[in-house]
Amino acid sequence: MIDMISQIGINVRTTQYIAIAVSISLFLYILFLVRNKKIKEEYSLLWLSSSIVFIFFSIWRDGLEFFAGLIGIAYPPAALFLILLLAVFLILIEFSINISKLSEKNKVLTQELALLKKEVEDLKTGKQAENTVGGDDLENIEPVDKPVEK
Amino acid sequence: MKRILIIVPAFNEEENIRGVILKLFSENDAWDILVINDASLDRTSEIARQTRLATVIDLPINLGIGGCVQTGFRYAKNNGYDFALQFDGDGQHSAEEIHKLLEIVTNNEADVAIGSRFRQKHQGFKSSVSRRIGIRIFEWFSYLLIRQRITDHTSGFRAYNRKALRFLADYYPTDFPEPEVIILLGKNGFRIRETYTQMHERKGGVSSIPITKGPYYMIKVMLAMFMSSIRSKIYRHD
Repeated sequence: MIDMISQIGINVRTTQYIAIAVSISLFLYILFLVRNKKIKEEYSLLWLSSSIVFIFFSIWRDGLEFFAGLIGIAYPPAALFLILLLAVFLILIEFSINISKLSEKNKVLTQELALLKKEVEDLKTGKQAENTVGGDDLENIEPVDKPVEK
Repeated sequence: MKRILIIVPAFNEEENIRGVILKLFSENDAWDILVINDASLDRTSEIARQTRLATVIDLPINLGIGGCVQTGFRYAKNNGYDFALQFDGDGQHSAEEIHKLLEIVTNNEADVAIGSRFRQKHQGFKSSVSRRIGIRIFEWFSYLLIRQRITDHTSGFRAYNRKALRFLADYYPTDFPEPEVIILLGKNGFRIRETYTQMHERKGGVSSIPITKGPYYMIKVMLAMFMSSIRSKIYRHD
């Protein structure tokens, strides 16, 4: 395989260097973003750990070949694609979870804001709301996440 | 004296909202009318306020019917109402039929009363074939999930007692909530009762379910219904 590729004139080493350079830059870029507070630490973890995996496999080629052999993949770079794909999936699922949480919180905030605006309006015009138990708080914002179960 | 709140969700209903409020007030002036304006782009809020017969709450961001109605439940809960009734701002529901629904919950025959267009054979309501098929599928599906025969899952014409409205103030689905709420309530042990109510054709405004979104709507709602049915029961102490 390696012979074939070198015959065409592409140096396998070059590809590897590029892979190393790209995965290290990815790692550093994520670090940079976290440092500048563009990404929060908790959201950077999945990115950092997957870029470490990329660095690891681009440096240790035999490792990739070993791993590919282990799960029966004939062409080692395909194993890299598999890892890449899995990492991207994980990160995207994480995003969907976060978006769902955010939209729920956003909804509760919107509702509470509207209710408070109404109360302020009443106070200004001198209308006294009767029987007010008090505004709801933000404790119950994730009903799906935290049901009290038996 | 039991306190009753009529929750009127309204999105771009400047043509209908005044008529709806006046009709409600003339039906029974002891009811408190709450209009939730879901960030309308027109003069819905202004017109509702001008009547001086309704409390108006303006949502700063459009939340859709689910988030809009839930705001009403939160208001009802915070202000200690005994019963709440959802009455759509587009004039589809008839105010005379409110008594039927309220009777069921005030007599404690059920926790939730749903006004159905299909409980009676001679219905004054015509809807498209595709919509009727969809409604049939819901009927069958929810029977499968919670063993209750509900003929009109998409009806937003509902009355709730204190227990149900306090529950829904904390747990109410967004997007297309009506069928999902039935499963949620059934699953959590609320007694649901349906009764025939006459409904009008809409006078203005647009349906929340455009025909092109039909298949998406069915799949999304059935997934949500199924998910509600496999979630564990929510235990609350209140």
